[in-house]
Amino acid sequence: MSDGMTLLTFFVLSVFVGFEVVSKVSSVLHTPLMSGANAIHGVILVGAVIVTGHAHSSTALVLGLIAVVLATVNMVGGFVVTDRMLEMFTAGRPQRRAGAGVDSGKGA
Amino acid sequence: MDLLPEPVAELGYLVAAVCFILALKGLSSPATARRGNLLGAVGAVLACVVVFLSQDLDHVVPILVAIAIGSVIGVPAARRVAMTQMPQLVALFNGVGGAAAALVAGMELTATQRIEGPEGSGALELPGLAGSSRGGTSEWFAYLGRGTDVLSLPATSSTYLAAAAGAFTVFVGAISLSGSCVTFAKLQELMTTRPVIFPGGPLLFGAVVVAGLGLSLAVVVDARDSVVSTWLLVLLGLVAVAVGVLFVLPVGGADVPIVISLLNAFTGLTVAASGYVLGNTLLLVAGTLVGASGTILTRMMAAAMGRSTASILFGAFRGGSTAGSTQLSERPVRSAGAQDVAILLSYARKVVIVPGYGLAVAQAQHTIHELVDVLQARGVQVLYGIHPVAGRMPGHMNVLLAEANVPYAQLKEMDEANSELSSADVALVVGANDVVNPAAKNSPVSPIYGMPIITVDEAKAVVFLKRSMRPGFAGIENELLHDAKTTLLFGDAKDSLTKVLAAMKSV
Repeated sequence: MSDGMTLLTFFVLSVFVGFEVVSKVSSVLHTPLMSGANAIHGVILVGAVIVTGHAHSSTALVLGLIAVVLATVNMVGGFVVTDRMLEMFTAGRPQRRAGAGVDSGKGA
Repeated sequence: MDLLPEPVAELGYLVAAVCFILALKGLSSPATARRGNLLGAVGAVLACVVVFLSQDLDHVVPILVAIAIGSVIGVPAARRVAMTQMPQLVALFNGVGGAAAALVAGMELTATQRIEGPEGSGALELPGLAGSSRGGTSEWFAYLGRGTDVLSLPATSSTYLAAAAGAFTVFVGAISLSGSCVTFAKLQELMTTRPVIFPGGPLLFGAVVVAGLGLSLAVVVDARDSVVSTWLLVLLGLVAVAVGVLFVLPVGGADVPIVISLLNAFTGLTVAASGYVLGNTLLLVAGTLVGASGTILTRMMAAAMGRSTASILFGAFRGGSTAGSTQLSERPVRSAGAQDVAILLSYARKVVIVPGYGLAVAQAQHTIHELVDVLQARGVQVLYGIHPVAGRMPGHMNVLLAEANVPYAQLKEMDEANSELSSADVALVVGANDVVNPAAKNSPVSPIYGMPIITVDEAKAVVFLKRSMRPGFAGIENELLHDAKTTLLFGDAKDSLTKVLAAMKSV
């Protein structure tokens, strides 16, 4: 099987997995799910690191480093903000928990 | 560093991909959501560690510094943002992700690759896309002369495919960036939240889309010598920025969350395409997962609002539902003062509160919680009826109320709230309109017919806290406002609630 075909296979199978895993989500979780998915595509950081690590010109290096910064903001910020959202859900769940303050944000 | 052999690196990527799948799965259920998110983070960190250990990278120190800078920007932004402003932050994160993907693919298409030959015989500069035909480096040395040779290689079909994927990434990534910036501006109210429609808009939009497709084709054709000219990609990116802006401008404020979700799916697909360009399976799989789940999520969000995605995106172009008719009815309504509302609430036995968009905009969630405490102290039974799309995004209202420390037990989902409403004395609707409009049940000609609603009309009395008589975002008049059992209190939700609260303390 050629490399192109392998990648195409991965692509098609991933589409089905992507459809399947979120098919039964309650509407309450739509926002956190979107935010979590948003954080996951921050993994473009891996691509940014690869192209920057192979940059030969200073222009390419600068552009690459910008891509690294942007991708990191997407990934790290995305996971932290999702965690904050979900923390609200779990903190509200037990009726009264001592010291369940508003801003006790714990990051990923 | 070349510490990890390729099979081990691939295994690491596989584990990361599994983490992402389990993360999405976990995020679909309240009990496992937080763990799911952490698992996703673990996968992402693992992927980054693998790439540093397995690839022979230059510039490692600057890259690490860039990662540190990104974290210093991202973490405080995510920690400090007010929960009401969280949707626009997510939009912004999504936009920068799209920009990063566009940069990555653009650089890969224009890059050259330097290969040192054996025994100092010289070096080769290969066009970046030559790597995608993946013949292995040894065969290139057949070309080797003295010094550095720059090769121009004829393209193969896989080169063209990689160029097409790259053009897609640049095009859609830039759309994602500019579109997200416009959604940010709308949600942050830096610009009007109403649909922005101007004559010739659809034509202009069509023109830039065609220009973008033409340039994408040009990129593919340009790849015949395995490298794409930089200015072509820059031009494509600029056209795509215009497409993104024109795409989001006509969307009304309340529909913006659906657009964010759609742009999120777009960014996922660009990440997948850049994975194809780089030949990196993890990017391909992770990007596709987000693209596919984001598409489904967008459709589910739209369905929860009783609309189709197409009608939201193109409704404004057709002058359809989002623009809506805003003509005001001349029929009388009964408006009251804060004092009257306070009395009505204080002497009720059971009150159901239906919070909506207006409550989120006015940031009145803390005030309403205070009001509920006072009512409960007087022995009034109080529940919140939460419509699935209350707030600025599906599920957003739950987050907002949880932030205001409203006990989870008081929050009732729509079906449960509806069964309570027939025995309720007062339904207090704060800044909501369409989600309680009986037209969705009674009037088959109404655009929102069929949308699930909270049946406040079944309560003995209904109190609306509204800013004005303007219809909600669906642009449909609400019969209930003219009903004999309905009382209206006009004003900003927070001001009104504060006044009611003050009046109630003196009752």
